[in-house]
Order: sequence, then structure tokens, then C-alpha cells
Amino acid sequence: MTVTTEIGKARARKEDARLVTGQTNWTDNIKLPGMAHIVFLRSPMAHARITSVDVSAARGAPGVIAAFSGADFADEQGSLPCAWPVTPDIVIPNHLPMAIEEVRYVGEIVAAVVARDHYAAADALELIDVDYEPLPPVLDMEAALTEGTPKVHEAGNKSFEWVFTNGDVDAAFRDAPVVMERTYRQQRLIPEAMEPRATVGAVVGDEVTLWSATQVPHVLRFLLAAVLGIPEQNLRVIAPDVGGGFGSKLQVTAEEFLTVLIARRLGRPVKWTESRSEGNLAVHHGRDQIQRIKVAADRDGRLRGLSVDLLADMGAYLMLVTPGVPLLGAFMFNAIYKMDAYSFKCTGVFTTKVSTDAYRGAGRPEATYAIEHAMDDLAAELGVDPLELRKRNWITHEEFPYTTIAGLTYDSGNYEAATAKAVELFGYDDLRKEQAERRASGDPVQLGIGISTFTEMCGLAPSRILGQLAYGAGGWEHAAIRMLPTGKVEVVTGSSAHGQGHETAWSQIVADRLGVPFEDVRVLHGDTQVAPKGMDTYGSRSLTVGGIAVVGACDKVIDKARAIAAGLLEVSPDDLEWTPGRWSVRGDPDQSKTIAEISLATFAAHNLPDGVEPSLDSEATYDPNNFSFPHGTHLCAVEVDTETGQVSIRSYVAVDDVGVVVNPLIVEGQVHGGIAQGIAQALYEEAVYDADGNLQTTTLADYLVPSAADLPTFVTDRTQTPSTTNPLGVKGVGEAGTIASTPAVVDAVIDALRPFGVRDIQMPCTSERVWRAINEAKGAAR
Amino acid sequence: MTKVSMTIDGVRYEDEVEPRMLLVHYLREVAGRTGTPIGCDTSNCGACTVLLNGLSAKSCSVLAVQADGGEITTIQGLADGEWHPLQHAFHEEHALQCGYCTPGMIMAAADLLRDNPNPTEQEVREGLEGNLCRCTGYQNIVRAVLRAAGGSGGVVPPRRTESEGVAS
Repeated sequence: MTVTTEIGKARARKEDARLVTGQTNWTDNIKLPGMAHIVFLRSPMAHARITSVDVSAARGAPGVIAAFSGADFADEQGSLPCAWPVTPDIVIPNHLPMAIEEVRYVGEIVAAVVARDHYAAADALELIDVDYEPLPPVLDMEAALTEGTPKVHEAGNKSFEWVFTNGDVDAAFRDAPVVMERTYRQQRLIPEAMEPRATVGAVVGDEVTLWSATQVPHVLRFLLAAVLGIPEQNLRVIAPDVGGGFGSKLQVTAEEFLTVLIARRLGRPVKWTESRSEGNLAVHHGRDQIQRIKVAADRDGRLRGLSVDLLADMGAYLMLVTPGVPLLGAFMFNAIYKMDAYSFKCTGVFTTKVSTDAYRGAGRPEATYAIEHAMDDLAAELGVDPLELRKRNWITHEEFPYTTIAGLTYDSGNYEAATAKAVELFGYDDLRKEQAERRASGDPVQLGIGISTFTEMCGLAPSRILGQLAYGAGGWEHAAIRMLPTGKVEVVTGSSAHGQGHETAWSQIVADRLGVPFEDVRVLHGDTQVAPKGMDTYGSRSLTVGGIAVVGACDKVIDKARAIAAGLLEVSPDDLEWTPGRWSVRGDPDQSKTIAEISLATFAAHNLPDGVEPSLDSEATYDPNNFSFPHGTHLCAVEVDTETGQVSIRSYVAVDDVGVVVNPLIVEGQVHGGIAQGIAQALYEEAVYDADGNLQTTTLADYLVPSAADLPTFVTDRTQTPSTTNPLGVKGVGEAGTIASTPAVVDAVIDALRPFGVRDIQMPCTSERVWRAINEAKGAAR
Repeated sequence: MTKVSMTIDGVRYEDEVEPRMLLVHYLREVAGRTGTPIGCDTSNCGACTVLLNGLSAKSCSVLAVQADGGEITTIQGLADGEWHPLQHAFHEEHALQCGYCTPGMIMAAADLLRDNPNPTEQEVREGLEGNLCRCTGYQNIVRAVLRAAGGSGGVVPPRRTESEGVAS
């Protein structure tokens, strides 16, 4: 009998106590004796040859301890790693942490000052003299690939071309009565985690410690060792409290490398903390794709084939997983739909901008936007309700498990149920009626409805599949349980949290599995000395991979406890049965030992059975067999003022199916935040470079992260179709909201304006762009 | 260097500072009150919000010398033995995830409720416009502020999912 008491409970979080009282340990709070402060000088040129760097005046400035140019690290700084060489002939340019001969984006590091305090370092930075010989910027992806365009790198502007085909695509398109072609543009976004990046480095003897606001302390440790040649056993990486990541801290950065090198060179601890405007220049960006989509369908809307041709902006260099991000989308363009043939091609293009890399959703939001947007376009072309078009094409719940045209096997799902619930909560029919009335009356404020029946892949990732995709590591996760003599529990997880709530959710899992009180569990993470193994946190993998490792470690504890309990009770282990919290003699439940009693007896070790080691501790590593596939239906109603272009969200309904829910409070929070970030892409945010390659959106005054006043109250609900690929039945929820919401919002805007002849609006749908689209369409109609 | 003196979370400080030093740097680097974080350099994000003489102020846009003689309350001084009702409400309504914006958000909300003890949902949204959060989508922050207000004007929006009844 399994008594589930904690899983599913809306526990307020353990993490909050330090966060709501200001006792948090952010990297920038760390102060070590004798610590100096690093400030970096960054290139003001998008593309230039460096002819000289003179740091001598800075070296003599008050309070300055040292100043460095790239030449000072030429022999030891290595090249920043790209862990995902997606094709055998991919071009991976050398990427120096500190540039020496050439800079390729505004914001690239060219020099550093180390001083007693941040103010003195910033002052001295102005005394550094760098001579640049300008080279032409390369800013437009399509132009970058044409003959005669200036090159970002000697090898050219193309990094790779990656293709995937399944089914007879030519036949699907040749015979199709309806072929629709569209080009969509995924604008460049800036992740904007609220905590700017920061590092602290300390080298004592041969021990190197790096604190970093990172999502990936384990990956960082491995790559610092591999690239800089620091013996791994001497290297400790600590991610203290980390203030959000959204992919931006899934990176191995120049600043981290240089912090270690400078600390080692100077023999004293150093700290670097970036400003927001520095971060907007230098933290990797997200999205930035041109998506050429071709859909083949029957007259009734049944899909025959899909062809996707992507240009993906890599920026100037390939960082940790830069080239892999658009390829994650390759498996998601087909979404929840059945079709006969599919082809995908992605060309990675270099430009003189900061690199792109993972940003919440990483490839899946881009793909989901394109397919959901295309479904709405196709519905409009065919004169079919867009919900009806989806029903004609989606995988029905009886058809699971279902192997998609992209080759993934979706284990479970129920798109009908989620959609039915969303439609009801939304009042779909009433809103359509109101829309018709407003259209008929020529209301200047028009109503539009957008639909997103999305799925995504979570739980990165089966190591076998990562190997097939040429990724540089596995996708497993590690956990350990340490049973303390008093019966309390320490859980060590390799999944490094930065806002998700692992300490609470893992406590709930362990409390249920071991039958101990929630309060008795402590979760440890984010320090390679405490949690030595792990693959860290990204790709909605924490629960679906890391959580399952925790389950595995619990089960090993239970197993070890059985032998010890049998000894204490003087029965055979075969005569015992487990109920959470205790081993009991079968048929005689009064004869039992609790896990706390067994822990204490193990600690004493006075009378353990022969051959049984005095330890209940365990370790488990879980490698998933498959991804998990959350899905859901998001519906958005917007009002568009056709005289001003102003868009306001009137209602937003999200019904998500994330499988079994460990903590509904945390799940709901992830959905809220995810939706907000997707809406931000739809309506507000865009990283803009000018014609010289200068970033125009360096501050939060220019890059419009929405505030509370810019967002509506979301209606969220769930259906629950447990995942069959893991023992908890969980699917992952970290990115679902972001993946789902962008097309729902944009399609609502376009839906409002279709009677005006508006067919597409480039994101973000600002008032100006909407107003222009209306007026251009009116002009064209005249 | 200029001499400043101020009371921070009930403790009196006297220091010599550069006239250009920002209050937030004084709080963090000199007074060691690191509960107040820095999220931007253009006074947009509000993460560094504190109460200065009882009113909310973004401590990145005040010089330490301007706060001379003032009384400052940071997130670390808000609890009076017991957590402040806003701290309870933020915890119970899951109004924080990474928590980086939380100190500023709570201090701004404290000032909002001082000014308007019984706000509507829209008034809370507009009142917190100067504080950015990247994690929560604000929904639970709004809910927490309405809950802390406890008045009749702000109706806490019901949870739609089965997650009613938060266990703490």
C-alpha cells in the first residue's frame, strides 16, 4: 500500500524564509578577506581589428592592483567551449575569453582592471587606451550568406547546415490541393534574469574555488578543468543562491574563465559583478530565427506535409549549446499533429552580435510559434474554425503511444480533454459571438481570439539520444540520500536550483517515499563539494530526471533498511513488508521498526546482520528512456483599438497537462511566469541593433520587460495524464507557459484584424506595428 | 570624503564616504546590509527599494550623502520579531521564485499599503509598476499584497486549480 500524503500538496516553500527576510546568499554578497574587484573593458565596435591596447595608465591609478589586456592571458586562457558540434563539418571559431587581435560584437571583453573596490576599478577603466581598425559589421542573416558579404570569421558566415527528413516530402507537396508558404521571424530576445551575473574566484595553494551565479556548476567545473587544465579534483564550483536563469546562466562564460585566471595570477580573491547594461550586451541572447514554413494540406485541412527551412543567428561565436538550440525545435514543429512527411533544415549563421543560446524553451517556443501560427493561417485560408482544424489533425488520446513524423514517441496525452476544459473556462463560443457582433457593427475596438494547442519535450534527456545528436555530455541526473542518526534526512541533488523550489519539492518526494515528515528533510545542492555529481538545471529536467534520481536513491535506502530491520526483529528479510516509514513483520504489524529506529541502529552498528555495512546512505543516477511531453491548450482574447493600435489582453486561459503534480503551488507559479515571458515576446520585448551593430536596448528603459500593470490575471487549470516514462508520472513544467503563450497572443491580435486584411505582424506587436499593419492593409485594399 | 550618519534598521551608522557613492552601495558595501540587492543601473527594476524616512525609495537613485540624517528600513529590518504581514503573505501565496526582486517588491508594497491600505487589484498592479519580476508573472505578488492588506477593496482572486488550502 502506498500512502501518498505529500505529493500533490500545495506546500509553501522552504526556500522562502531566507528570501523574504533578506538573508539570501547571492554571489555579489560574498566578501572574502583581501578581495579585489574586477571591471572589464568591452568593445564599443561590432567588428574591428585591435591594433593596440595600452593599460599602463590604468595600472598607475589609485587603488588599482592590476590591469590586463588579452595578450596577458594568451598562453593560458584557452577557447570558450561549444559542447554541441551538431554536424561533423561545423565551423566552431576560436573564442578567446579576452580578445587579442579582433573583436566581433559590441560587448566583447578587451581588457580588465582589478582594484581595491569597484569604483576605483571603474575609474581606471577609462584610462585604458585601445586602438581599433574598424571592419564591416555583419548584421543581417540573409545578407550574411550571400556571396561577397564581409566575413565574421575567416571560414565564412555559415557555421553549419543540419537536415532531417522523414516521409516522402516531395510527394506530399506535389499532390496536395493546398500548399501554404509563410515566413515568420523570431526576434532576438534578452533573458533578463533579475540577478545580474556575478563571480568570485579564490585560489589557495592548488585549490581553486569559483562562486558563480550559474545554472550549471557541474558543467562549469568540468569545462574549466578540461579547457584551462586545472586538475578537476582541485576545482570547486559553488552556485550559491542564484536569482533566476531562464537559460541565460546555462553557460560557461568568459567572465568565469577570467575570474579564475585573474585570481590565480594575483594570488588573491577577486569578485566581478556586472551591471544590467553590461549584461544586456554580453549575456547570451535568445531566439533570432527566420522561419520559412511550407504546409501541404487537403481541402478539408488534413495536413499532408510540413517543410521548415530555418536561418538561425548564432551571433559571433558558438557558445555552450548555441548550435543545438534551433535543433531542439526540429522535433517540435510537427507538434501534436499527424502528417505524412516532414523536412527540416537549419542553417546556423554568424553575425557580429552577441551569441544566442538557450532562453526559456530553447528551440521549442520558436517551433511552437511557427506551427500554431501556421495552423491559424491555414484555418483562415480554408475558412475553417482554427480549433476545428486542430481537431482534424491532432493525435487522439486513443492513439498513444504515438511515434511522430519527427521520430519522437509521445507516450501519453489527451489533447481533447485539455482543449474541452480550456474552451469551457474561456467561454469560446460566447467570445466568437461577440467578435462577430463587433465586426458587424464596425466597432473601433475589435476582439481577437488566439489558440495554442501545444506540446513540448521535457526532461533533457536520454543520453543515447544526446549522443545521436552529437551533444557533448549525457542527460542523466544524480541524487544521494544521507540518513542521519536521528532519523532526519539529507538529500543531495545534482540539479542546481535557482528559483524553482527544489528544496520543497524534493522534500515532498522524499517524505512520501521514506515515510518521514516533510520538515525532517533537508535538500543540498549547488556546490560541487557537497553535490559532486550532476548535470544541473535546464530544459525542464529537474523533476523528470533529477526527481526520479531522488526516488531511486530513496528506494535503495529502503532496501538497505530491510536487511537491518530484519536483524533487529530477528526475522528473515522475506518476512518483512514496507509501508512508508517502517518495515513490519508481515501479518504482525506491531512487530516493526521505523526508518528512524533503523537509522539509529545503523549508526550504533552494534548488532547488524553479518555482511551488512553500517550505512543506509545511497546514491542513484537516473538516465531517462524517453522525454516527457507536457501539453495543453492556451486561449487568449485580446482587444485591439484599431485607431491607435493598442492591444490589451482581455482574458487568458491556460489548461496545462503536466502529468502528476508534486506541488500545485509551484506548478501554478511556473505557468504564470512562463506565460508572462511568452506574452513579453508577443507584445513587448526585442533586442535591437542599429546599422553599426550597436545594441540599442542595453537598459530596462529600452528593453521592455513587462510590469504588473502590463499583464492580466491568468486563469490556469490542469488536466492530468500521467507520463508513462517515469515512476512518478511527472512531465516538467518550467518552460510550458513560455512555449504556449506567444502564438496564442499574436494570433489573437491577427485574428482581430483579419477583416482588415492583416495577415501577419512582426513580433513584438507594439501599438505602432499594429497601427501600421492596419493602415498598410487598408492602403492595399484601396 | 564626506561624513554621513543615518539609522539603518534601527542601528545608527556614521561613516566617511565619497560624495558620489550610491545609497545602495553604502548599504551593501559599507553597512553590510546585503539583503537589498541591485538589479539594474537605470532605476527601472526596483530590486533595491527601501524605505527612506518612511517612504519607498530606489536606493540606487539616491546618494548616500542625500540620505544623511535619515532613517532607512530595508527588508532586513522589516520584521519586528515576527515576520511582517507582507512577508507572510508572499510566502503563503508563493509570490516569489528566485526571490531576487522580493526585497524591493515587499518594500514597495509596504509603502503602497501605507498610502492605500485597501487597494483594488488594479491599484496594486499600477502601484508596483516600478518593480520588475521575471519569475512570477506578478499574479501571486498581486494576490499576496491584497492578502496582506486584508481589506475589502482588494478581493483576492480565487485559485482555479485544486491548490486551495496552502499547507505551510
